[in-house]
Amino acid sequence: MQSLTNRSKVVSNKKMTWTERMYIPAILAGLRVTIYHFFKKKVTVQYPEQTREHSQYFRGRHVLKRDEEGRENCTACGLCAVACPAEAITIVAEERKKGEETLYREEKYAAEYNINMLRCIFCGLCEEACPKDAIYLTTTISTSDYHRDQFIYTKDMLVDGIKDVDRIDISSRRKGVREGAM
Amino acid sequence: MELIIFKICLVLVLFLLSITIAAYSTFSERKVAAFMQDRIGPNRAGPFGLLQPLADGIKMIMKEEIMPADSNKLLFILGPAISMITALMTSAVIPWGPDITIGGEKVQLQVADINVGILYIMGVLSLGVYGIMIGGWASNNKFALLGAVRASTQMISYELAMGMSIVAIIMTTGSLSLGNMVEGQNGWHGMGWNIFLQPLGFLIFLICAFAETNRTPFDLPESETELVGGYHTEYSSMKLGFYLFAEYINMFLSSAVITCLYFGGYNFPFMDMVQANTHEILFALMCVGVFLAKIIFFIFFFMWVRWTIPRFRFDQLMNLGWKVLLPLSIVNMLITGAVILYNQ
Repeated sequence: MQSLTNRSKVVSNKKMTWTERMYIPAILAGLRVTIYHFFKKKVTVQYPEQTREHSQYFRGRHVLKRDEEGRENCTACGLCAVACPAEAITIVAEERKKGEETLYREEKYAAEYNINMLRCIFCGLCEEACPKDAIYLTTTISTSDYHRDQFIYTKDMLVDGIKDVDRIDISSRRKGVREGAM
Repeated sequence: MELIIFKICLVLVLFLLSITIAAYSTFSERKVAAFMQDRIGPNRAGPFGLLQPLADGIKMIMKEEIMPADSNKLLFILGPAISMITALMTSAVIPWGPDITIGGEKVQLQVADINVGILYIMGVLSLGVYGIMIGGWASNNKFALLGAVRASTQMISYELAMGMSIVAIIMTTGSLSLGNMVEGQNGWHGMGWNIFLQPLGFLIFLICAFAETNRTPFDLPESETELVGGYHTEYSSMKLGFYLFAEYINMFLSSAVITCLYFGGYNFPFMDMVQANTHEILFALMCVGVFLAKIIFFIFFFMWVRWTIPRFRFDQLMNLGWKVLLPLSIVNMLITGAVILYNQ
């Protein structure tokens, strides 16, 4: 019968010859393989001390950015929450009061911004949906914890630092840079 | 009196040596396994992970001790005890080095040079089966019982071929004492090892040693994948530790016996020239060092094989033991006899 694909292989079930049944040569060949691996360079990455280099576009835990004057970019439009396929983001919006202009860039801001890290799949769609350059995924690996409620990241854990040194560098992820690279 | 004190010291040293080597065998087993699988292995406890055996030991002792409700309490404790005792007993007849003079008296570096040394080893080895058999039976668990039955079948089957290959060695040496056997191998400037006279016998003995110590490819009594843990399924805490320890001590001592019988014991090339030029004690220490190096190589070989070859099927194991190794060892014995007769 003609085979449907060219991937079929003829399997031989012939009896082993006398030398093959001695097994000793085969065992010696096996021992050679293992001793070769014994002296080979090890592939282990000793994690806490050594880390593997991430891709420039690695999607780790989120950061809520501020503008140059230290005001939060987020305007609580909710586009990230809508874009999120895992429904991990919840936002409570509030109107900016007089005197809060130094804190928030737009007239509306997110009073609460929670990301459930157990739901998050790190797809980066929130980052793509954001019209205000507010949310970015960083190269930081999100940490593990012992309790489920510890995984709901609140705003104080997500917002970027005010001082320049505290800010997380996401320049490689800015839309223009990324498209240019691609 | 001095002799007795010396022997007691030797016993203590041997006991500590066996325990230490067994402990570090567990560590090096993991290291060797890791290296052969391109990993690094345990390296967190102490420098290079050297304190790992200590950590493992403390863990073993601190673990909860569980005894199955319907088990026979006495036999359940007796099992690992027998295993451990028989494993440690073997070291008594092994010659660790040449004779030395202490206080004008010649003493042997051997606890007891009994004239039936090799028979003693065979006897103690077969007693070791009881430890496994009793432990497996007293557990009141099917897996444990199956493991124990497998262990005893395997050990009894392979002891025959092992004994036959030793008979050939006894014929060439003309003595049952291990001390004489090792001394008989120092011809050709310390290179008159039995391996050159008895290559087939060595191969048979080596395979049987693997089977006797329950090491891969003959680790059917334990076989985690089929029997959970074999005869020590129900054991926990230090009782389990004793079983595992006994296995490693057995490995150490079978390596010692292999070295004594086939690789010249403490003999090394050009030892007669070295002996003429060095102090007696220094020479004895060198011999002990060489002997330990050979033993460590064989322990490594045991591990090397373990991470190379998969496990046998039980019928294959029996086939190999009864239909291949036993006839081969008898043929080997007959050839040895014929050659001895021809040379007379």
